[in-house]
Amino acid sequence: MFDIDVVTLSRLQFAATAMYHFLFVPLTLGLSFLIAIMESVYVMTGRDIWRRMTLFWGTLFGINFAMGVATGVVMEFQFGMNWSYYSHYVGDIFGAPLAIEGLMAFFLEATFIGMFFFGWDRLPKVGHLAVTWLVAFGANFSALWILIANGWMQNPVGGVFNPDTMRMEISDFMAVIFNPVAQAKFVHTVSAGYVAGSVFVIAVSAWFLLRGRHIELAKRSMAVAASFGLAASLSVVVLGDESGYLATENQKMKVAAMEAMWHTEPAPAAINVIAFPNMAKQDNSFSISIPYLLGIIGTRSLSQELPGIVNLVDNAKVKIRNGITAYTALQKIRADKNDTAARATFNDTWKDLGYGLLLKLHRPDIENATEADITAAANETIPDVPVLFWAFRIMVGLGFYLIGFFIVAFWTASRHRLGDKRWMLWVALLSLPLPWVAIEVGWIVAEFGRQPWIIEGVLPTFYAASGLTLVDLSISLAIFLVLYTSLAIVEVYLMVHAIKKGPMAAEPTELQGGTILPGAAFARPQQH
Amino acid sequence: MIPFVPLDYETLRLIWWLLLGVLLIGFAIMDGFDLGVGALLPFVARNDDERRIVINSIGPVWEGNQVWLILGGGAIFAAWPMLYAVSFSGFYLAMMVILIAIILRPVGFKYRSKIADPRWRETWDWALFVGGFIPALIFGVAVGNVLRGVPFRFDDSLRPIYEGGFVGLLMPFALLAGLVSLSMLVAHGASMLMLKTSGAISERARIYGSYAALATIVLFALGGIWVALAFDGYAVTSVQDVAGPSNPLAKTVVRQSGAWIANYGAHPWMMVAPLLGFLGSAIALFAYARRLAGLAFIGTATTIIGVISTAGLSLFPFLLPSSLDPNASLTVWDASSSHLTLWIMLLATLVFLPIVLVYTAFVYRVMRGRVTTEGLGRNPNAY
Repeated sequence: MFDIDVVTLSRLQFAATAMYHFLFVPLTLGLSFLIAIMESVYVMTGRDIWRRMTLFWGTLFGINFAMGVATGVVMEFQFGMNWSYYSHYVGDIFGAPLAIEGLMAFFLEATFIGMFFFGWDRLPKVGHLAVTWLVAFGANFSALWILIANGWMQNPVGGVFNPDTMRMEISDFMAVIFNPVAQAKFVHTVSAGYVAGSVFVIAVSAWFLLRGRHIELAKRSMAVAASFGLAASLSVVVLGDESGYLATENQKMKVAAMEAMWHTEPAPAAINVIAFPNMAKQDNSFSISIPYLLGIIGTRSLSQELPGIVNLVDNAKVKIRNGITAYTALQKIRADKNDTAARATFNDTWKDLGYGLLLKLHRPDIENATEADITAAANETIPDVPVLFWAFRIMVGLGFYLIGFFIVAFWTASRHRLGDKRWMLWVALLSLPLPWVAIEVGWIVAEFGRQPWIIEGVLPTFYAASGLTLVDLSISLAIFLVLYTSLAIVEVYLMVHAIKKGPMAAEPTELQGGTILPGAAFARPQQH
Repeated sequence: MIPFVPLDYETLRLIWWLLLGVLLIGFAIMDGFDLGVGALLPFVARNDDERRIVINSIGPVWEGNQVWLILGGGAIFAAWPMLYAVSFSGFYLAMMVILIAIILRPVGFKYRSKIADPRWRETWDWALFVGGFIPALIFGVAVGNVLRGVPFRFDDSLRPIYEGGFVGLLMPFALLAGLVSLSMLVAHGASMLMLKTSGAISERARIYGSYAALATIVLFALGGIWVALAFDGYAVTSVQDVAGPSNPLAKTVVRQSGAWIANYGAHPWMMVAPLLGFLGSAIALFAYARRLAGLAFIGTATTIIGVISTAGLSLFPFLLPSSLDPNASLTVWDASSSHLTLWIMLLATLVFLPIVLVYTAFVYRVMRGRVTTEGLGRNPNAY
């Protein structure tokens, strides 16, 4: 019934396009605020160096922004293209935040981005500054609504299944907006973007200082990014922990997998620092652990238990049986709308309907599922433990490294000693990719860790894919691969090109002291 | 429990059908001229200076315009989830073609003029041409397919199943619809170029615009005759519960000759829509001849309103008829979101859309005036 290759390719394509899109979004989120801060200083002090900083980082912002826009449309269309049953099943709830994102956030950002680049000589200083802030707020509102949608996939609150329409429908929109998982994810994710933006500014500035160019601009940029980045990196980790804490309420399985905790331990649980999880044995081949720590982080208490993976699988079996009852009742309701007994049963059990659907991978007639089917389906609720365990550790390790990075940068900047030590500049330059690594493994923890669910507890991933052919998917995947690889090369090339040309290329031509020629700003790099 | 909603389900469905039209028209008017300008780029601009003027005539605004498309997608997802699910997955490869174009556009604008090398610029000019031409054509092809009916059905869990390929989409009528859309958007792009440029570019745009407006009239008339005489529409034969749950399997539908013009017989006022389609292009032709750029823009925008409204009114109450299992066709009454979601989305639209319109108008005001080579030289951020 389900072509699992189609599901796998659909997942691969979604993962590839989402992770690719998310190379550009964090920089947009972070740089937009950094630029707005720089321009604010310019407007308040009137000092020209801050205007030049705004223009220079703005040019890099623009190169990155184009890619974010290009890859973002793909994300919005792919739900319908590749996940049509998902779109039908939860569109009533999931579609709303996406539409509001366009209406409230992306319109704002995209309309004013043109003014940011074209409005310098058409707007008063304060007017242009307002435009820059509106772009930054637009970008961040956009993240808010997308993460409300994503948070709902992790913790589907405020909805109810309607047997007459065979889908989830909204019952409490405020619960969807104020979903605690969504709020925590929002703060965590935008903070990660601010960190990426700050590391980017520091690394590029470090390169200028290493080359002895644009010293004033580089030092000032570094100082702004160091302060902003320090606050952001603390927020990422502190509020990242917050989302782990919430996950224990809603996504115990993900946390247990992230920590490779197979069995429920007496509270407070120990944390595994290193472990080699073995999926087949459902245990760790080897582990080093610190007592008490996980219990304290995960539950903020010494007495509350954290459930282990094996125990959660047992819970899943109960839910699957409940799900079978719900499914059977649903079939009766579909056969006879007025079957009140079936409706009553369904109302008691519908919350576990998704667990029943897990069996669809094993047999179409899930009401006749055997004990073996139920055990198999319950075991499939375990995400890939080794991947989660290590991805989580990479992310956390990088998070702490970046806090240290910003503390040093901030300290050095506040003592006016930026650029004194060349090795520090090299460290800053070479740290450039690290926030992106942390962000991408963070995506893996959050979304790969959500498997086998597309909507946690409500809809299994394999059940949600469109009935496309392998040919369709091979064509689309090949197109994305070729197009995205070429564009990535072009983007990096242009970034490097613009950085090498430096701030003067971002100046209006007459300020460069040349005659006004079309395209002169692009053809004639001038260095000082 | 479900909170109180002041408007009944039937009214909200009708409002959202209208809003769907408003969003599609908004997209076609606002982003349509960007697509048209892209399609005209190699023809109206013959050297690099001219190309840059053309590109920068829409450079500051095209990004905001494209949000109409994104909002359209989001609104269909939120208000008509079934329509979103069936059409986006059914037209899979066609959507991929549109996506390629839409991916190339932002980078084309932004990256083209960053490097002076002529081959680099030539390549991106092609990308911008494709990024304008292809969507302008394909959107029309999609509407053509909707009018013919699309081969989909549902299984008993309301899972959409599509049984058709990509090549099947390129049937003659759909191609005609694609040409209507292409010519209408090219004319609209030409109007915009007349407004924003001067000299040789403006003059060429005027000439291409005249051809395109003339083509729009002829092709639109041809399409109308074809629909009226040569093929079957669809009609609901059971009584539909206009306030019932959104389940497209609860009605019966037949194919019927002349069904797509039945609405005009029952409600003659609807003839306004196709008349506006013709009238707009006639106004544009007159305005091109008299070199009245503003009036030409009004004319081509009127045609867009008329043509899209004609398609919507002909189909009503259908959104997406199924050629495979007509009973499974999606209609206004059985493919919407829940009562509460439609209400929430209406509130969000009523609050934010006017704000969007105000700041969009502000941006156009600030950016008013014709684009010149001198102006571009002063702005290092120009495309």
